[in-house]
Amino acid sequence: MRRFLEKIVKWLLTGSGFVTSLVILLIIGFLFTEGAGLFRERIIEEGYVLALNKDNPVKEMTAAEIKAVFDEDIVNWKELGGSDMAIETFRLEDAEKYFSEEQLGEHYENAGGLISGLVASNPGMVAFIPETMAVEGTELNFIKDKTISPKEVFLGNEWFPTATPAPLFGMWPLLAGTLWVSLFAILFALPFGISIAVYMAEVASPRVRNFLKPVIELLNGIPSVVYGFFGLIIIVPILQQVFGLPVGESGLAGSIVLAIMALPTIVTVAEDAMRNCPRSLREASLALGATRWQTIYRVVIPSSMSGIASGVVLGIGRAVGETMAVLMVTGNAAVVPASILEPLRTIPATIAAELGEAPAGGAHYQSLFLLGVILFFITFFINLCVEFISSRNKAKSN
Amino acid sequence: MEKIEARDVNFYYGDFHALKGISLDVPRNKVVAFIGPSGCGKSTFLRLFNRMNDLVPGSRLEGDIRIDGKDIYAPGVDVDELRKNVGMVFQRPNPFPKSIFDNIAYGLKVNGVKDKKFIRERVEESLRGAALWDEVKDKLNASAYALSGGQQQRLCIARAMAVSPSVLLMDEPASALDPISTAKVEELICELRKEVTVVIVTHNMQQAARVSDKTAFFYMGEMIEYDDTKTIFTNPHKEATQNYITGRFG
Repeated sequence: MRRFLEKIVKWLLTGSGFVTSLVILLIIGFLFTEGAGLFRERIIEEGYVLALNKDNPVKEMTAAEIKAVFDEDIVNWKELGGSDMAIETFRLEDAEKYFSEEQLGEHYENAGGLISGLVASNPGMVAFIPETMAVEGTELNFIKDKTISPKEVFLGNEWFPTATPAPLFGMWPLLAGTLWVSLFAILFALPFGISIAVYMAEVASPRVRNFLKPVIELLNGIPSVVYGFFGLIIIVPILQQVFGLPVGESGLAGSIVLAIMALPTIVTVAEDAMRNCPRSLREASLALGATRWQTIYRVVIPSSMSGIASGVVLGIGRAVGETMAVLMVTGNAAVVPASILEPLRTIPATIAAELGEAPAGGAHYQSLFLLGVILFFITFFINLCVEFISSRNKAKSN
Repeated sequence: MEKIEARDVNFYYGDFHALKGISLDVPRNKVVAFIGPSGCGKSTFLRLFNRMNDLVPGSRLEGDIRIDGKDIYAPGVDVDELRKNVGMVFQRPNPFPKSIFDNIAYGLKVNGVKDKKFIRERVEESLRGAALWDEVKDKLNASAYALSGGQQQRLCIARAMAVSPSVLLMDEPASALDPISTAKVEELICELRKEVTVVIVTHNMQQAARVSDKTAFFYMGEMIEYDDTKTIFTNPHKEATQNYITGRFG
């Protein structure tokens, strides 16, 4: 009977291990397949074409050029390698400017022919119309549609996932925003975190420590919206006043909030590492006539450096992946930040803010998954660092 | 005037009376051994000489301990200065996780020595003094953890000697070592007495007999007998000492 029970327990344990690993692998697989789908999507919105006059020599346009044309930032075909001719853009909504309702028909049934005719007679016109309206036989040129290239995505500077006719998925601003905010968060959290850890491990009396430690660990449990709320109500107005900013929502506000959030992790891990510094090393140092402070910064901190580093890296990991608080205080402008005082937008914040409005299966939706993949790689890299540091630590203590 | 003079020393860990009225003199440039069973207070007594017990919360000292005639527990005594003068070697080798060179140089650096040439010379002298120089001279920048246990302990002795103390306290310095390393350390102790006064705590009675000039036997927080080593091991006056050294208990 007992042996039978033990067997069941063994199978349960094995099974739960397998199921968990499988689920994790499935999640990663899902993330990757959805994310990779972006590169199979076409530049121009599905089911639409860009029609040109047949005399227009322009055959190809990048997504950024298409957007510039329809935003009227590019107004002459010359800039796109064509002849010197003003660009006239045509969207379906413009049909009523050119034709009366009777001409178009009740259900736009005549629109295709009319628009094709319009484009054929206007050499400078580019029309963004549904595929079905491009009538066979009319003499039109179409801009060649390509798939979205990884280069545009990873190095692109513009994130306009909902632009028509061609959305832009340049992820660099988001990546830069994430890195800026995390970097500054660590710059703030590091000195404070280590000072608090040194204080708690070396200076504070046991009573103070017994009070402080639970309080700092409690900070870990505060929901991130609450931090965001705090940032929005307190930190953002203060920054606005101090730096005289037009808006206080900025990368700096995000960094400060993240630094506060990363503190408990850094403090707890670093403090544990320092308290685990062997007593014999401390005694050896003191016995040589070193003062308490010399012992702390020449022996205790160096010998617990790998523990401290793990704490810091874990803190960064938290900062990189943090969503809510950052979303609330950074202002969410998807531009490459020129300074930390400008609004910026991070990867997690983008996913959280945009997934709800992105149609499932579309390019926008897939681009958000790709952002998820990037984030996954960043945190994966960070975890590798922790692993590396702590394995080095183990090797050293043996 | 003797090097170390202890008078009526009582020491408490909280309520526990660890040392009971001990008086003892350590003569200059001699090796004095403390022997006794575990928990008899010999290590505690040793650690009073460089005020290492200050780190133990709730401990309390009564009585008088003088080194070179100066009360080391008097108010205003610079503890760091005292510890520089009274070096210590611990039970287990405890080198810092630094290079061999930096281990030895540490004591000099924390005491404000900046002269690089002097530090280099002192490192070499100390390593030679600890009979370790020939073994490590080619790898001074290697981690001290790469040395064997016996080498590490000699490194710790060299480290303690580098700051030129006048007293060296050794708390069972060979208890974690193999016989060959132990023999080397013992040889070293005999050499060291030319430069410093050595107080050594040991479990190993043969060791005490081999290295020390005088031996004190501790039992249950009291010092039972203190005499020349020869007398203690051949003709002890107290029965407890006799029983202990003949191995009847302990």
